[in-house]
Amino acid sequence: MADFGGTDLETFRKDVREWVGANFPASLKGVPNPMAREERGNAPNADMESWRKAVGDKGWGTPTWPKEYGGGGLSGAEARVVQGEIARAGAYNPIGGMGVMMFGPTLLEYGTDAQKLEHIPPICRGEIAWCQGFSEPGAGSDLAALSTKAEDKGDTFVINGSKIWTSGAQWADWCFCLVRTDTSKKHEGISFVLFTMHQPGVEVRPIPLIAGSSPFCETFFTDAVALKKNLVGPLNGGWTIAKRLLQHERSGLTGAGGGLGSGGKSLEQLAKEYVGYDDKGRLADTDLRTRLVTNAMNMRAFQQTAVRAMVEAKGNSSPSSATSIMKNAGTQLIQERHEMSLEIMGHQGLGWEGDAFSADELGAVRGWLFGKAFTIFGGSQEVQSNIVSKRILGLPDLTQSK
Amino acid sequence: MAVLTEEQSMLRDAAKSWVQEKSPVTAFRKMRDSGAELGYDVAAWNEMAEMGWAGVIVPEEYGGSQFGYLSLGLVLEELGRTLTASPLIASGLGAASALILGGSDTQKSEWLPKIAEGTAIAALAVDEGPRHAPDKVATTVSGGKLSGKKTFVMEGMAANVFVVSATEGGKIELYLVKADAAGVSRQKLSLADSRGAANVTFDNVAVSDADKLTGGFDLLEKTLDRARAGISAEMLGAAVQAFEVTLDYLKTRVQFGQVIGSFQALQHRAAKMFTELELSRSAVEAALTAIDNDAPDTAELVSLAKAKMGDTFHLVSNEMVQMHGGIGMTDAHDAGFYLKRARAAEAAFGNQAYHRDRYARINGY
Repeated sequence: MADFGGTDLETFRKDVREWVGANFPASLKGVPNPMAREERGNAPNADMESWRKAVGDKGWGTPTWPKEYGGGGLSGAEARVVQGEIARAGAYNPIGGMGVMMFGPTLLEYGTDAQKLEHIPPICRGEIAWCQGFSEPGAGSDLAALSTKAEDKGDTFVINGSKIWTSGAQWADWCFCLVRTDTSKKHEGISFVLFTMHQPGVEVRPIPLIAGSSPFCETFFTDAVALKKNLVGPLNGGWTIAKRLLQHERSGLTGAGGGLGSGGKSLEQLAKEYVGYDDKGRLADTDLRTRLVTNAMNMRAFQQTAVRAMVEAKGNSSPSSATSIMKNAGTQLIQERHEMSLEIMGHQGLGWEGDAFSADELGAVRGWLFGKAFTIFGGSQEVQSNIVSKRILGLPDLTQSK
Repeated sequence: MAVLTEEQSMLRDAAKSWVQEKSPVTAFRKMRDSGAELGYDVAAWNEMAEMGWAGVIVPEEYGGSQFGYLSLGLVLEELGRTLTASPLIASGLGAASALILGGSDTQKSEWLPKIAEGTAIAALAVDEGPRHAPDKVATTVSGGKLSGKKTFVMEGMAANVFVVSATEGGKIELYLVKADAAGVSRQKLSLADSRGAANVTFDNVAVSDADKLTGGFDLLEKTLDRARAGISAEMLGAAVQAFEVTLDYLKTRVQFGQVIGSFQALQHRAAKMFTELELSRSAVEAALTAIDNDAPDTAELVSLAKAKMGDTFHLVSNEMVQMHGGIGMTDAHDAGFYLKRARAAEAAFGNQAYHRDRYARINGY
């Protein structure tokens, strides 16, 4: 293994810094990453497009993915240099979404060479948006109970059924989807297929949520078509791939960032402004003070654990079993923070819209409501606890999940 | 588990196998039943000292191995698993830290080699009431005489020398006071955790500048932070063991025709304990590492570790009794030992509330 350290790495850093300086449009400095938006109302502007193309052509949005499929082909140390330099310039990584977070890593592991050559490069260039066809009305926590059916028609599968909670389906170009190809078995009757969303048999309906936005959809399939060459892994062998993909998903959902997600003020700053101090210099609400500091300490222990897991797993690129612990621990802490932000702001924290409320206040109420999803999606808190009990602690399984 | 050096791995493995062979929980039970005067098994302590554990943090020039606090934490974690009682925390960690950080060459030469070889026991005498409050010191030094009463001194009966906090001219200082000095008397305390503890009275004990350590209250805080991080490592070992014993019981105890570990109500509580133990391990290892690196945020990382570990040991020790049911209430079972150790360790050097408040103050809440 090439140990890319010392002076070589510094030379590389210099090159990256120059490249970012030459290619990142000044107009985008400090602009939030459009990939991070819940809803993509406006089309990206010309500068955003040029930055996406520049990073995509380098493969630096997916820096450690293999070069032959359009990735950066970099080592972990080099990738950190790229990430560091992009952040340093006030820029963002314009290559993201489910293709990068979940589908790409899974296809790199389970796909054929032809499948990788077809699907990975457009992800690296940020050209294709993927959505995840997993949950169904009758298959939520018990995902393997899914019933969307795929019939073998020679060169194609014909798909009928419906999915729900499909994030970003209204903007997606392609779908990675779990379908039932054998009704006589549960887990062993599921296949993993890919198909374009731009076809007559696919209908998408956004679902308005309690927070007022519609980031998830219902997706209906009426004789939708998937080409046989887009079956990933063996027929009826999709469950193994799905489990792997969920590990990638959960490792991205732990909320390790520690903020409220709105990019606004920290909870501690808000508490000082809204609640004030007593004559000893402590937050005037001592009950809140205790809960606030307990949360901050737990958040720090959570971050220490993320670092420890990374150090211990060095050299092992796949998510570890610690992922299940991290999702529950992280999402609960974030939800506590959302609850406290409302509490701190009092009635001002319940403003739904209008000039009577600051951006932080409006963001708090929306963030609090949307945050309720964190312990439900990507495997609910209860499912995560089942996984820890069964896979890590070796306790008996009564749910017959796999 | 932190990534260890080869020396650290060897030290941990040595501690692990010694604890399993020589100091299982039955040894702690035997010590308790025998009413051991000092609250620990002297022969076992001598073996530990022979292996160099009393000198892990002591500089080589004073007879130690100078392996650092994370290394000592590894030993303490293994000892904690079986509740091995010894003066290691009071002497080889707490008092040794005060000497290393604030002792003169003469003071170090006199005490550190003996502490490292286990032939002298040193103890921290800092609290004066039932709750940890190192900044509240009524003990005074005036006209070369030290007077006051110190409470709940860990290994107070075994100690040959005390590190005593006292105010002199309104400023907190630390003094070395020999246990056999005129005016020192001690009262053995019998506590639920069966470890050695004493109240110590100092009545006009003669002290001079030669007995004073350098560093004042700052030295006291740094010393206490080292003791806090070390006892957190011991608590981690005890909590992990309590959890593993409980998990084993969930897999073997049958009711309603199935092992009780198949019930989701218990599974999710087990998953919660496992999660808390993982988070606590991170906090404890980070605190010990910060001490080794002399990191600027050591104080808050130590308070984080002690508070987090205290909460987790509290939870796990309660669940150990509850999940074992009736058998967990019997003296014949070990669950009670872990429960008693948990509360004693939580109270030592500041409980969870103390350290949450300290973390809040450091961070301006």
